[in-house]
Amino acid sequence: MSESKQQSNGLIWAVVFIIGAIMLVWSMSTSRTGQVWVTAEQHAFVQNADGDWAKTDAASATSNDIAWTSYSSVPDNELTDEMISSGDAKMSWSRTIGLWLSAIFTLFILSFLVGDNPAYKFAEAMVVGTSAGYVMVIGLWDVFVPNLLGKLFPVMVQNWALPGMDASVGTQLLYIIPAILIVMLLMQLMPAGGWISRWPIAFFIGITAGYRMIGYVEADLVAQIKAAIIPLYETGADGTFAIWDTMNACILTIATLSAMVYFFFSIEHKGFVGKTARLGIWFLMITFGASFGYTVMGRIALLAQRLEFLFGDWLHLI
Amino acid sequence: MKRFVPLVIAIVAGFVLLIANFIPYAEGWGLTAQEWFNILAVGAMVLGGGNLIKLQLMKISSKKAGWGYAAVTVVCFFAAIFIGMGKFGVHPNELYPNYAWSGYYLEEGSGMWWIYQHMIVPLTSTMFAMLAFYVATAAFRAFRAKNTEATLLLVTAGIVLLGRTYAGVWLFEGWLPDWLLWLRFDNLTVWIMDVPNTAGTRAITIGIALGVVATSLRILLGVDRSYLGQD
Repeated sequence: MSESKQQSNGLIWAVVFIIGAIMLVWSMSTSRTGQVWVTAEQHAFVQNADGDWAKTDAASATSNDIAWTSYSSVPDNELTDEMISSGDAKMSWSRTIGLWLSAIFTLFILSFLVGDNPAYKFAEAMVVGTSAGYVMVIGLWDVFVPNLLGKLFPVMVQNWALPGMDASVGTQLLYIIPAILIVMLLMQLMPAGGWISRWPIAFFIGITAGYRMIGYVEADLVAQIKAAIIPLYETGADGTFAIWDTMNACILTIATLSAMVYFFFSIEHKGFVGKTARLGIWFLMITFGASFGYTVMGRIALLAQRLEFLFGDWLHLI
Repeated sequence: MKRFVPLVIAIVAGFVLLIANFIPYAEGWGLTAQEWFNILAVGAMVLGGGNLIKLQLMKISSKKAGWGYAAVTVVCFFAAIFIGMGKFGVHPNELYPNYAWSGYYLEEGSGMWWIYQHMIVPLTSTMFAMLAFYVATAAFRAFRAKNTEATLLLVTAGIVLLGRTYAGVWLFEGWLPDWLLWLRFDNLTVWIMDVPNTAGTRAITIGIALGVVATSLRILLGVDRSYLGQD
């Protein structure tokens, strides 16, 4: 890119940012732009004579009781001046900072549209790190703790994080096997002995093969064939011939069969079979076109949501 | 040892799940095997996370180009795990208020909720939203009505795109006679989705199911051993 073009590009972006900053300042001075307000809810629990904990009025809670406060965000259109002046609603700094970060990250990602840049790379690195950590947290809390630790150390897990868990079954020693398989899987990170991870991988493959085979036969193969067997002569509620329904049923059947003929490669696609396969391709092309249209519309809907967030939730312009 | 044991494990594990579907006595085996599978899947996630961090740390230690971004990834990864596993900002479950760790880790207002709501959601959804631009521009460059197949794809995509918006109604407003209303793009979209799209998807689904069954059988019978590697 020539130097003069770079300079003009820089000038354009500077103007865009200045206009944006002016709009932001104007919006902040006239409304609660970029602020998140919350309402508080008190929770208090008192121990009764049986040793059980029961909910009680937060105002009457003593230091021996358990009490905490939880907060819920108030949508801007529901926030009134009375709520603010009475102290029922208050501004949440953590959520306000979160809102600004969300907006900044959205802009960082969108900046890729004008080319790769450090802001985009920074946001990309963040999404990789946080997503990987998030997925791991879900796996550990939802599966590892209840299904493995809970089976090997039931009393400890019950006392620690899952009080509702049934610990009367006792330790299930059989669950040492998946624990050992996990250790074997992690051996892949070691410089030597990585081959041992083939054992858990083989377990994965075997289970997936067995599970998928039954699942696909039941949910896809049999169910789809069953759904494809439909009457080709349709009648309305009053028993008269329904031309449109009949035509649709015929097209549906012909299209399914012809598209399946296209996928059947044991016979050469010549003559009648060739013509049927060609008809099948046409129906497949319509399917791909429809899928494409739906995908694009889905992405555009997501984009509209992000713009709605920027101009609505953040800037309060819409 | 390196090939025989994994082969036996795969075959036994697969057949246990198959048998569990046909013999009521073995139903519990299948459930246990699936539970082990889920536990192992978490192990695989940890392996993936470990691998990610290993690569990022190697990038940082060798000061490769962009090592600063690798550091950001590492910090975000450990911060998410620390905050999520530590249940920061999570209150106890109301049913068990005396158990400090009994609350849900994604409770509104908690640390993990904050990360999810203010970092993961905007970053990932904006990334997916941006694909709208790239899919649309790629389609504009690639879609050419060169033959019948390409024309069908192009026309269907156009109808569905317009039919899913208000334009599908607006374009035909006022001038289309009632008996031709079925030609309106929104109505055509419904017909395309209900009839030809259903048929095409059905054929593809049946094909995929047959492919999965064949591949699964090859693994269960020990014919396909590609997952065992070369040595």
